[in-house]
Amino acid sequence: MILDIRGMKMQFGGLVAVDNLNLSLEQGELVGLIGPNGAGKTTVFNVITGVYAPTQGTITLEGRDITGMRPDLITRLGVARTFQNIRLFSRMSVIENILVSLHWRLGSSVFDAIFQNRKYRSEEASMRSRAMDLLARVNLDSVADLPAGSLPYGSQRRLEICRALATEPRLLLLDEPAAGMNPAESIELMKFIGRIRDEFGLTILLIEHQMRVVMGISERIVVLDHGIVISQGTPREVSRDPRVIAAYLGVEQHA
Amino acid sequence: MRLSRFLKRDLVILVLAAVVIAWANGDLEGLLGIPGWQSYGVRIINMCAINAILALSLNLVNGFTGQFSLGHAGFMALGAYTTALLTMDMAAKDRVFFMTPLVEPLRNLTLPFLPSLILAGLIAGLFSLVVGIPALRLRGDYLGIATLGFAEIIRLIIQNVRKVTNGALGLKGIPQVVNLWWTLGSAFICYLMLRNLINSSYGRALKSIRENETAAQAMGIDLFKHKLLSFFISSFWAGVGGGLLASLLTTIDPVQFKFHLTFQVLLMVVLGGMGSLSGSIIAAGIVTYLMEFLRIVEETHYWGSITIPGIPGLRMVIFSLALVLVVVWYPKGLMGDSELTAQGVKAFLGRFRKTLRLKGGRPV
Amino acid sequence: MQLSMFFQHLANAISLGSLYSLVAIGYTMVYGILRLINFAHGDLLMLAAYIVYYARGMFHLPWPISIILAILLTAGTGILVERAAYRPLRDSPRTTILISAIGVSFLVENLGLVLFGGRPQPFPLPAVFDSGSAREIGGVRVENITFAIPVVTLVLLYVLLHIVHKTKTGMAMRAVARDFDTAGLMGVDVNRIVAITFAIGSALAAVGGIMWGMKFPQINPLMGMMPGMKCFIAAVFGGIGNIQGAVVGGFILGVAEIMIVAFLPSISGYRDAFAFVILIGTLLIRPTGLIGEKVAEKV
Repeated sequence: MILDIRGMKMQFGGLVAVDNLNLSLEQGELVGLIGPNGAGKTTVFNVITGVYAPTQGTITLEGRDITGMRPDLITRLGVARTFQNIRLFSRMSVIENILVSLHWRLGSSVFDAIFQNRKYRSEEASMRSRAMDLLARVNLDSVADLPAGSLPYGSQRRLEICRALATEPRLLLLDEPAAGMNPAESIELMKFIGRIRDEFGLTILLIEHQMRVVMGISERIVVLDHGIVISQGTPREVSRDPRVIAAYLGVEQHA
Repeated sequence: MRLSRFLKRDLVILVLAAVVIAWANGDLEGLLGIPGWQSYGVRIINMCAINAILALSLNLVNGFTGQFSLGHAGFMALGAYTTALLTMDMAAKDRVFFMTPLVEPLRNLTLPFLPSLILAGLIAGLFSLVVGIPALRLRGDYLGIATLGFAEIIRLIIQNVRKVTNGALGLKGIPQVVNLWWTLGSAFICYLMLRNLINSSYGRALKSIRENETAAQAMGIDLFKHKLLSFFISSFWAGVGGGLLASLLTTIDPVQFKFHLTFQVLLMVVLGGMGSLSGSIIAAGIVTYLMEFLRIVEETHYWGSITIPGIPGLRMVIFSLALVLVVVWYPKGLMGDSELTAQGVKAFLGRFRKTLRLKGGRPV
Repeated sequence: MQLSMFFQHLANAISLGSLYSLVAIGYTMVYGILRLINFAHGDLLMLAAYIVYYARGMFHLPWPISIILAILLTAGTGILVERAAYRPLRDSPRTTILISAIGVSFLVENLGLVLFGGRPQPFPLPAVFDSGSAREIGGVRVENITFAIPVVTLVLLYVLLHIVHKTKTGMAMRAVARDFDTAGLMGVDVNRIVAITFAIGSALAAVGGIMWGMKFPQINPLMGMMPGMKCFIAAVFGGIGNIQGAVVGGFILGVAEIMIVAFLPSISGYRDAFAFVILIGTLLIRPTGLIGEKVAEKV
């Protein structure tokens, strides 16, 4: 079991964003997390990745308690994420965005970097080649030196995923990766996510509003409404669950 | 170990710079076009170099790491006083500390210039940890005023601990060791260090913090450690700059290190472009030169029978106005976040020539 | 310390606290709507003092006209500064607008140095506040001006709170402070409200500056710098964005400053440092201040 969330509760002042969430992920699973807007999905991501410490509950990663740990430490343990609103380092180049993800593994010290000695230079060279490899696998190597902010929207989304992959995670959390894409692009993304799951041996938890995407690739779906899990199961089971339909009633989706 | 390709380029610049310095030591009237003394011109170049160090170091924190620090003057003060107290000999100290004697062992201690300067930087750096560990948890404007507050506290402590700093009386008779070799040499080393840092993985980590802290942290970057690193290096050089300043001016007092000093450095950083090392250097040069050149508007002039009165204080009005105008209309400053490169200059000249040809009515 | 001495200090402390409160209100109001530390605010008190100085000294205008003129011109300056230096930067990162504020502050100070000269000038006093005019309260001699300052402050505060809580404009101001964009979408003329906020804050600073001139009857172009910083710190201490907080912060800071120095004269050299220590303490321990409220950031 890669991830085990027990009794997660997240309360902000008087508002309970997530209540009594229990969720576990097995190695290699691709699980979708859906629910109407404001259901608390991104909050779940934020708690898993340490941005918030939960009011109650525990989060265990491969047997290790990571509840409330600092986000960068959680990343180093193997959890990576993308963001709902793209958070690329826009003024930095495409390859630099990837290189940032490789920084924490750097063995060289600041002194090595300042003197640009052989140790540093060889590490830098190997980082660059790894970054270019990754970019090639997502077809972004041709734009490696362009500012990240100048890329078309779809490419930016792919870059964000690539950047997360560069941290060599075991668990990847994708927050609405298909947001703003047209149906054709979404299907491409669907295939892409499936492919990287297989190629990189990942476990993926996916938040998505576009039903075509999430129902198409998820093996299992968890439905969140007002912070509470109202249904879990295969895409088929969940799409027939009357509670889920009721929660979504009146909200048109690309179903 | 050090003769890689791009260090060879640095050596070329180093040799060129040495030639310029040697030549300048000989004749500066021609170089600057400022009628007047030889030593006046040298003094300006010394100030340019010191200001370059100050601007580069402030840019590291404010421009590259995106942390808004307003405490530079405090670290400069620490560096200045450290250098002064360590380079003055006992006799000079006794002369100055006539109201309250200087505390031992400082009174007896006299060190050569280089170790004093390095200690100046290290002490400033040490204090930056004291300031940074609490303050760097804050964001944006709060960090700005917290660092401003710390700088003022440092200054007020200096003003009050008479048996160490001579309080409000200040220090006079600091041995004037600096010359163009020291200032330009330090500036060059500072630039090299920062350039290498910025171009390295650490530099990318700092820039990522500027671009998007949350994402940087999510990619495994230890925010606090990197902010503190940037702050330390910046304050180290602020201390060195302060030390060089003390040796250049030979007299320092707490009033010199009020907030308006940080303001002047901030002006250079904003003008040059927050995020451009070459921008900071160029802006430091321009501002230093203008500071001197604009003395003209503050002095009275006589053209034949017409008397044009000087307006003291007008320089600072012009500079404050310049800061506001730059920040409102050209927030990227001169260089934005690009550096001055040979290709860049060629490209600029190429575009310039094209526009001229088009304006001349002839086809390109 | 003798009891009468103590009361003397206390009276001065309350006076200073009132002055700090008046100026702190301006800082907190502007921060509340624009999230901007208006560095230039403190210099407005200097401006008002000089306007009165020249109105009385050079043009011999009667007192009421001088005062009203100073208040109007200062309020106008506040509005002008907002239009020219802050409004164009409304969508820029916060540090940019902060740099602009610092620039404006230095500009005003240096213009003051150029126009008014660097030497401190004696401030004219109306007959009722002539040096030497004082009352006896419980055996303690309190100058009229020391007595008048808190009274004027309380009156103005009452008027201000009435405006903010009982008028439509005040409601609009509170709405804009709560949520800038939504208030605009709800039909509030945001630019007008911002201008009004600056005008009110500047006017209060003007009154503060005039009374300051009367109490410490020496003015110079840099007189607004330190008090400006302290008043901002007072606003942060009390709870930035909160008017009552600014008043509480201003009073506590003013009283503390005088009383601590009164009881411990040996550390009077660190007088100005207290404010900064309080600032750092507040930012680190309780950044929302005494009465402030937390604002969360969406990730």
